[in-house]
Amino acid sequence: MTAVLETVRLCKRFGGVAVANDINFRLEAGARHALIGPNGAGKTTFVNLLSGRLAPSAGRILLGNADITRLPQAQRVKRGLGRTFQINTLFKGLPVLENVCLAAAEHAGFGARMLRAAGAQRDTMEHAFGLLDRLGIADVAALPVKELPYGKQRLVEIAIALALQPSVLLLDEPAAGVPSAESSVILDVIGQLPESVAVLIIEHDMELVFRFARRITVLVQGGVLVEGAPAEIAADPRVREVYLGERQHD
Amino acid sequence: MRAHRLRPIELLPWLAAVAAYFAFGSYLPLGSQIMIMILFALSLDLVLGYAGIVTLGQAAFFGVGAYAAGIYAVHVSGEPLSGLVIGAAAAAVTGLVSGAIVLRTSGLTLLMLTLAITSLLEAAANDATSITGGNDGLQGVAIDPILGRFDFDLYGRTAYLYCLAVLFLSWLFLRRLVHAPFGRSLVGIRENVVRMHAIGAPVRRRLLTAYTISAAFAGIAGALLTQTTQFVGLTVLSFERSGEVVIMLVLGGTGRLYGAFIGAAVYMIAQDQLAEADPIFWDFWIGLLLVLIVLFARGGILGLADRLTLPPRRR
Repeated sequence: MTAVLETVRLCKRFGGVAVANDINFRLEAGARHALIGPNGAGKTTFVNLLSGRLAPSAGRILLGNADITRLPQAQRVKRGLGRTFQINTLFKGLPVLENVCLAAAEHAGFGARMLRAAGAQRDTMEHAFGLLDRLGIADVAALPVKELPYGKQRLVEIAIALALQPSVLLLDEPAAGVPSAESSVILDVIGQLPESVAVLIIEHDMELVFRFARRITVLVQGGVLVEGAPAEIAADPRVREVYLGERQHD
Repeated sequence: MRAHRLRPIELLPWLAAVAAYFAFGSYLPLGSQIMIMILFALSLDLVLGYAGIVTLGQAAFFGVGAYAAGIYAVHVSGEPLSGLVIGAAAAAVTGLVSGAIVLRTSGLTLLMLTLAITSLLEAAANDATSITGGNDGLQGVAIDPILGRFDFDLYGRTAYLYCLAVLFLSWLFLRRLVHAPFGRSLVGIRENVVRMHAIGAPVRRRLLTAYTISAAFAGIAGALLTQTTQFVGLTVLSFERSGEVVIMLVLGGTGRLYGAFIGAAVYMIAQDQLAEADPIFWDFWIGLLLVLIVLFARGGILGLADRLTLPPRRR
């Protein structure tokens, strides 16, 4: 298998604290890969390093065959790297459809047009609406995002990322904060993503992880503890220790 | 996102402006001043209302445009249209250069930098007496007839219609801009800059473009003031001017273009009327009005109008 996204000895230090410590990571084409770990393990930091929101202290990031370590976020997005956020990061005052259209316009490359791009705008709007339909939120397309219940806002979060038609999608706790009764909708959406998209999902919910992931990496204190197939991870005593230890605190 | 066809109500300011031309002949100079301030507030709306750049330095571009047009008229040519272009260009360059610096920051730092740049320019204008006339202002600004035909008359008729035409064309352009993908992306930056980065928008370049365009229109407003009053004073670069235009825009409502129209008109007319009735105490009333608007009607006068006319869902 070929890696679509890879990190080589990736490090990030804040002051003296290493929040990412020598991370060697490979995301294969078409992957359904989960990144798990206790709170404060550095999962979101890792996503921020991959997406370019943070600059690494050392190490390299490869997207396809290209070194993107020094590329700004926008360039990474143009090369097919999309992400969602653990905490909703939406255009709250704007209608749902426009949230998605903004992303679609950037993806289509006319985000800076100063004259109306009637044809292209209609196309992206149709595409965006189709996306909302697929995610089951077409009925609220005209509502401002801030008026939506939290669970539906989480779907908009995903819809924006999908509008970028990414080849690599980083999902940072997509079901975080959603009551379990509603989270199945989000799981279905993620389950139906096309195979052409390699997905890295960060998740706390073990049920979701084992249902979705074909490969799991466990991150502890900024470093990779173990990586393997779900069955291997479930049987690994070190993982059980880390997780059972944490579960008891919950 | 829908095709933004012109709604009938959008013609209201223009009908009012034309009606005022015939109805209030003795107030035409005030009308010109109002339209200049509307254009100035419109320029601010692009950066403050749409892109969410909170600036207290918009007078820098107004002032540079005013001085550039004045100096051009004194030393090169009194032809007004080319004077407007000169004013716009000088202000745009100022916007581009200062924007490249200030837009690296945000929040309070940005606010202070915009303020500081305006103060620097004001001090420079005060100092460069041989070019600007310093504290006495730039004298001897003579403006030729527009298109070689329409002379600026004593009653301010030509000036009024000139301002109206320039404001109308500027509004057409800005209206197009804010509804185009570029303008929507500015709103995206205002609503959530983190997400704009994450969807691949070159945020800083977008902001700098908006800042430069905004500066150009502020420059046109300044140049209009020079040409219609045939004088440039230091106040074009004053902090008060920066503050005043923010007040006008907030009063009318930000991020919707027409807030500039309502805010500038209400402010200028209130100033004119109140100052006549109560020359010492008039800004107390303006201040009180602003406090009430900010406390109870966040969207300004137009936001208030929305609340009264639209069903709750659409607020």
